[in-house]
Amino acid sequence: MISRPHSATGRRAYLNGTVLSPRQGLNGPGGLLIEDGWILAAGPDVTKDSIGSSAETRDCKDKIIIPGLIDLRVFTGEPGSEYRETLASASDAAAAGGVTTMIVMPNTNPVIDDAAMVDFVLRRARDTALVRVAPMAAISKGLAGEALAEVGLLKAAGAVAICDPTRSIGNANLLRRALTYAKDFNMLVCAHVEEPNLSGGVVNAGEMASRLGLAGNPAMAEVIALERDLRLVEMTGGRYHAAQISCAASVDVIARAKAKGLPVTCGVSIHHLTLNENDVGAYRTFFKLSPPLRSEDDRKALVAAVADGTIDVIVSSHDPQSEDTKRLPFAEAAFGAVGLDTMLSAALQLFHSNDIVLARLVEAMSQQPAAILGLESGRLAAGAPADFAVLDLNRSWKVEDSALRSRSKNSPFEHRTLEGRAVETVVAGRTVFAYAP
Amino acid sequence: MPKAASRPPLFASQHMLAISDFFPIEIAAILDLAQHYAEHGKALSPAQKVLTGQTQVNLFFENSTRTQSSFEIAGKRLGADVMNMAIATSSVAKGETLIDTAMTINAMHPDYLVVRHQSSGAVELLAQKVSCAVLNAGDGQHEHPTQALLDALTIRRHFGKLEGLIVAICGDILHSRVARSNIHLLSRMGARVRVVAPSTLLPSGIANFGVEVFRNMADGLRDADVVMMLRLQLERMSGAFVPSMREFYQFYGLTEEKLAHAKPHALVMHPGPMNRGVEIDSSVADGAQSVIREQVEMGVAVRMAVLDALDRNKGAVT
Repeated sequence: MISRPHSATGRRAYLNGTVLSPRQGLNGPGGLLIEDGWILAAGPDVTKDSIGSSAETRDCKDKIIIPGLIDLRVFTGEPGSEYRETLASASDAAAAGGVTTMIVMPNTNPVIDDAAMVDFVLRRARDTALVRVAPMAAISKGLAGEALAEVGLLKAAGAVAICDPTRSIGNANLLRRALTYAKDFNMLVCAHVEEPNLSGGVVNAGEMASRLGLAGNPAMAEVIALERDLRLVEMTGGRYHAAQISCAASVDVIARAKAKGLPVTCGVSIHHLTLNENDVGAYRTFFKLSPPLRSEDDRKALVAAVADGTIDVIVSSHDPQSEDTKRLPFAEAAFGAVGLDTMLSAALQLFHSNDIVLARLVEAMSQQPAAILGLESGRLAAGAPADFAVLDLNRSWKVEDSALRSRSKNSPFEHRTLEGRAVETVVAGRTVFAYAP
Repeated sequence: MPKAASRPPLFASQHMLAISDFFPIEIAAILDLAQHYAEHGKALSPAQKVLTGQTQVNLFFENSTRTQSSFEIAGKRLGADVMNMAIATSSVAKGETLIDTAMTINAMHPDYLVVRHQSSGAVELLAQKVSCAVLNAGDGQHEHPTQALLDALTIRRHFGKLEGLIVAICGDILHSRVARSNIHLLSRMGARVRVVAPSTLLPSGIANFGVEVFRNMADGLRDADVVMMLRLQLERMSGAFVPSMREFYQFYGLTEEKLAHAKPHALVMHPGPMNRGVEIDSSVADGAQSVIREQVEMGVAVRMAVLDALDRNKGAVT
């Protein structure tokens, strides 16, 4: 279930642009016609002449209309740490970044591990958020990794998947039972992959970590956890999604699992596609992520895996942290970076560098996450919700605190200029963001 | 008193260890004799008390109320001297092994040993070491043959047959010896057996037992003639196999609403003891379709029949 923001009424047309919706075969000149929060028509046939006179029109010359992005990994601080981020402030950042649906993580305080909490988040989102919101609920009660949460009741309340978002399920038997039980309810199990006993470090293990004198976190910690999880998927047949992978070896593991026909998908954060371990530089804590930024070879392998579809989705892994958790010695600082504002623009750098075609980038951030969760959005087609973004590929903007809408400002792109961004974001037919430089 | 040899044998085995050891014709013969005892068992003449002068020892390594007392009453009605070994205060509690305990009891020459043990296969191990007839009163998660016989007798009394009936066994199949014995017996007798449970409570390979597998009650109960609920132990509901009691009740607890998917006069059964409000709602447990108390009544008759039948086979002991 997804919170439903108030729909706009009336008919509106976006004309003279490029319409890009990969799985509908749309990637060329055209327009979009919407009414009362739903798409009436999309494609080359939507023109000034075809829409009649009753519609309000917007000119999209030199712009691209894409499905609104669906971000499968967003941390907010609501409830519990509203000073870092609320559903409202996160949704504001999402809207500015072309994200029309946020899937929020359950490690709030209290944890989203029972039906009442799912209900609370959905109601709060409906009342305060600009974009659609749906929660993942915990796999284990209290995220303690011991006892299975009430998967059936959580699903009935509206949770879209179950996930212990920052820790691997250490107990293999619990994950086995979770996969087995969740399958009965057609519930996706989403996992953080990191062998806990191997992952005490704060940066990627290797020369860089040694030079900085920081404890390293080896890529194998991820590969071992992932391999184990996939054996359990093979055993149980449960649907599994690795929330984010960060290294080349994990790409191989996923590729093999998919070749076997296992019900497996995976994601990668935008930061692991665009940054590497050297960016940590002089102990810059905004680059302290979990899993850590890896080597340039790993980054290149991840980019290639997104391009060829081995990696299914790109996520922001938006994790707002305040100054008091980031302005600390590197080892003591919190993990995480904000990403809702910048995910789309950062992804466009991969398009500008000819690494990944635009259609694939858009698919990995809209249609594919929608398919994984069974959402009806994420596409431009008659009958779909009017959730979309208007993209200006050449609009450059500078990432400064003032430009970030998230309540926290821990962006690894701070002070950088990015090329291309959403200039208008529409959710349920309502414009929730319009770019004003 | 009629000599054992003057009464025809009902089956070949010297013991009652597992339903899977018995042919359908043998099971039918036991049920026929049990039906006889159900009607006449309470007022037997001295001549009909075929176990007079024999000794029955009840050896329960696991707690039991109804099974142990049912075996005790069955033996006494047939004239046997019945002794209950109190395991908690016995030498088992002092560390004696199962086999030493068996040999000690065997040296006292009982005629029947009724055994319940928490380990699968323990009763069969014991049967190899003693010279009397052994009755399995439940071994681990393996079998509980007299429970399956009493369930079958209860069903047969209502429908006049077992063949062709749809029987849905619901709940904790994984840990249930009652489910296994019932699956073996009912499918042998031509009933269509279904199991209904969350996947975490289904043993692997269960479909190869000749049952239909369902993960939700509405589908599993559709058109069923018999709905057999199993006890879900409390320690299995706290997140290990099932997230919580309330979730189990919501999706798998037998309520009137879920029972409505079965045939209108479907029987509701439970081997006991029940967790009311967990696997079964009180309104169903005490409702018009419930035969739970009749199951207990049939328990005594079935155990009399099995003891009688084992007595008949004594002459054949080699």
